[in-house]
Amino acid sequence: MRSMTDIAEQCRLSGRSFSEQALFMESEETGSSPDILRKGMLSRLKDMEFSVREAVSKEWRGLIVPAEASLLEQYAALGCALSGPYVLSAARIAMAVSTYNAAMGRIVAAPTAGSCGILPGMLFACREQFGTEDDLLLSGLFAAAAVGEVTAARATLAGASGGCQAECGSAAAMGAAALVTIRGGSADAVSSAVALTFKSILGLVCDPVGGLVECPCVKRNAMLVSLGTLGADMALAGVKSLIPADEVIDAMGQIGRALPGTLRETGLGGLAVTPTGKALAEGTGM
Amino acid sequence: MGFLDIIGPVMIGPSSSHTAGAARLGKLARACWGDDPVGEVVLFLRGSFAFTSKGHGTDKALVAGLLGMEPDDEGIRTALATAAERGFPFRFEREDVDGAHPNSVRFLFSGRDGRTMEIVGASVGGGAVELQEIDGFSLKVSGDLPTLVTFHRDVHGVVAAVAALLADRKINIASMTLHRKARGGLASLVAEMEMEGNPDHALPGDVAKVHPAIVRVVPLYGRGGPS
Repeated sequence: MRSMTDIAEQCRLSGRSFSEQALFMESEETGSSPDILRKGMLSRLKDMEFSVREAVSKEWRGLIVPAEASLLEQYAALGCALSGPYVLSAARIAMAVSTYNAAMGRIVAAPTAGSCGILPGMLFACREQFGTEDDLLLSGLFAAAAVGEVTAARATLAGASGGCQAECGSAAAMGAAALVTIRGGSADAVSSAVALTFKSILGLVCDPVGGLVECPCVKRNAMLVSLGTLGADMALAGVKSLIPADEVIDAMGQIGRALPGTLRETGLGGLAVTPTGKALAEGTGM
Repeated sequence: MGFLDIIGPVMIGPSSSHTAGAARLGKLARACWGDDPVGEVVLFLRGSFAFTSKGHGTDKALVAGLLGMEPDDEGIRTALATAAERGFPFRFEREDVDGAHPNSVRFLFSGRDGRTMEIVGASVGGGAVELQEIDGFSLKVSGDLPTLVTFHRDVHGVVAAVAALLADRKINIASMTLHRKARGGLASLVAEMEMEGNPDHALPGDVAKVHPAIVRVVPLYGRGGPS
């Protein structure tokens, strides 16, 4: 799978939805039956669900990030939040899972460990807020996987190659595709959501303090949930991206290659070399 | 990349390269050593592995892999204590090697019978790994598929003999690469295989006998391998 335009075109010819078409194409490409692929992805969904349950069960913390996800729950309960209940719920789950990852929890890298909170946040907040059933979450996960595969083929999913835009940015775009799918949007709307989300994340660098997957990663997971959600809402509202998704993804790859090494997961630039960032890193004794 | 690589792997955090990849590397190195009891393993951490090991649990993950754990095993968190309980001696050192991969490690195994084995491997990103050296011999093994590594004298007929034996066992060869130190010197063949069902544990011994120039066969069966 190399092109969002191609998948959308195939949807028009076959009459399948975006996620059905993605599953069909993956089966053709890998030789695995749709049934096997569905079982494999269902097991990923269950592992993700398990990581969410574990992540919110306790106040996990990393070497430098404190346990703060529950603050969002207490705040949401006040009922005066500016973001809606869905975004707050998704951000809380994203932060919890990402913190759990920092604490050596068992997570699903989706697409990477550094961005592992975003998809669980966006998917399981659907269940929490709207009662979305598992089969629909599974369709969302297939749409997300297709977007990830196209991104991996055209650009990169690795922070060391493309910066944070490639990790958390890709996860947010994948989550946007999942949300549009869950809400029954068209293949074109999926593409628009992906393009709109990626366009607002272009250039985001990977500058982790002390080289750890903690700061700013954990809170970026939460923040980018909101971006992907708005990308999905805008696409469902009919807003289109002037630059098609494939070209936006190409641009992401090109920008990633142009980033200096100090801003690609080395911990040698950006937030990592601020006075506080350096002090935090020293405090870990590494 | 397939869908389950994009949404996956399932792993113990926090880092696919520094934690999940480290566990895979440890497991692959242990598979190279085989079932013999280990006297001691010294792990020489290089590059980023040497400097961010603690914060990423790289040390725990490497030892967990040596104990046979997979990257999603919750036991990774307590692997150092588990190794001590099981009487599995290990020690960490750092080393600075010019031109080494930034996330790499050199394992030095010694057996209770005095046998030693040196393995260099790297975590190349996203949890993928690469064995780069066995006993000073450069090669390239990903461990994604069951793999056989032979060491043999560089003479004609070895590849044909190994290929014929695998064909006879109805094993498909996904890739085969050859490495040699010098013409007529020590050579190595790395065959990645697709096998139906469980790995055939008699296969390495049979391959070792298939041509007189073959001096040693190292089976790397990944998930199905020895633990």
